[in-house]
Amino acid sequence: MFVTAAYAQQSTTTEGAEAHDAAAAGEVHTETGVAHEGEAGSGVFPPFDSTHFASQLLWLAITFGLFYLLMSKVIIPRIGGILETRHDRIAQDLDEASRLKGEADAAIASYEQELAAAKAKGHQIADGAREAAKSKAVADRNAVEADLSKKITAAEDRIADIKTKALADVGAIAEETATAVVKQLIGGTVTKAEIVAAVKASGN
Amino acid sequence: MSNDPTHQFLINKIVPIEIGGIDFSFTNASLFMVATVGAAAGFLYLTTSQRGLVPTRLQSVSEMSYEFIASMLREGAGNGGMKFFPMVFSLFMFILTANLLGMFPYFFTITSQIIVTFALALFVIGTVVFYGFYKHGFGFLKLFVPHGVPGVLLPLVVAIEIISFLSRPISLSVRLFANMLAGHITLKVFAGFVTSLSALGALGIGGAILPLIMTVAITGLEFLVCFLQAYVFAVLTCMYLNDAVHPGSH
Repeated sequence: MFVTAAYAQQSTTTEGAEAHDAAAAGEVHTETGVAHEGEAGSGVFPPFDSTHFASQLLWLAITFGLFYLLMSKVIIPRIGGILETRHDRIAQDLDEASRLKGEADAAIASYEQELAAAKAKGHQIADGAREAAKSKAVADRNAVEADLSKKITAAEDRIADIKTKALADVGAIAEETATAVVKQLIGGTVTKAEIVAAVKASGN
Repeated sequence: MSNDPTHQFLINKIVPIEIGGIDFSFTNASLFMVATVGAAAGFLYLTTSQRGLVPTRLQSVSEMSYEFIASMLREGAGNGGMKFFPMVFSLFMFILTANLLGMFPYFFTITSQIIVTFALALFVIGTVVFYGFYKHGFGFLKLFVPHGVPGVLLPLVVAIEIISFLSRPISLSVRLFANMLAGHITLKVFAGFVTSLSALGALGIGGAILPLIMTVAITGLEFLVCFLQAYVFAVLTCMYLNDAVHPGSH
């Protein structure tokens, strides 16, 4: 440890005095006792040695007072400031994050709204187109059907016409044929009135 | 170096100073007080100089000690006790650093001096008494009159409360002092066994292994005690300050 010249001198003189006493008393001190007293300059246990109390108190007051001042004026405001800044920054970041989340939610909502509107519009257009196509098809069919039925009617009329005419022709042919047949068979003549009556009776 | 286990507690003058016949010398104890303040303040100052938003490891050590003491004081004495934060923080850091510095071989342990721990304890109790009377006047004396005690027992209980209050500075200082002193003596004694047994030859060296293991183990234990005693001192300070802030609440 640190022993100054003055102190060393003091302890040697004490030791010398002790040794003289010890020699006179006849070696009563133990080895540790001699070393102890020689170094401490007094017989008390070092932590209880009151000769240094004043100096300890003074230097404790100076050093601890300085430490207290340093802590309360410099260190504590500084660490407190660091912690507060961090706290504020975290709160600010959380606010920012929740604001951004709100914006994202709003964007999603508007997107979905637009999507729904577009879907509705698409449906509307498709429905309109389908309706238009359907009605056009119906109209076309109706027109075609009308046309066809007109043609059918005309055809039927013609057929009936032809049929009547043909039937009328059949009567004339039968009369001629009958006249010829009768002429050939019986050689006589039959009046036209009789033949027509006969044809009518057999025919049709 | 002497083999005497109390040698490490000896005080030596480095710069003799004498004022009015009283010895105020700058001693090895004073030197280590200065070293303690320098180490603790230097550590706290340098590690926080960056003021990093994301702390470095050492900065987070400083922040942790700040928050540790702050939460201890808030739990112990409530928000009204936070005005004593610089005091409790200084006490904790000073004692912790002094204890840890004392663990270095050949270093002086200032907390192993009863006068130092007693002065710190008196500082705490003095603050409690002064603030208690300043804040509550004679209402501070309600501290000695617990609620719900039958009238017959009251004088006895008040006497016990006063005695327990008066013994606080003694218990507070002796606890820290005795722990540091006993730990260092034990360490020195066991380490002394190692050297004295080794001097006895081969058998002695074999026998010295046991005290060597003990020395290592006790060193570990001592580091724990260093922290624990600083913690206990700070916790008790918080409890006593609570009495000053809220007398009659217990």
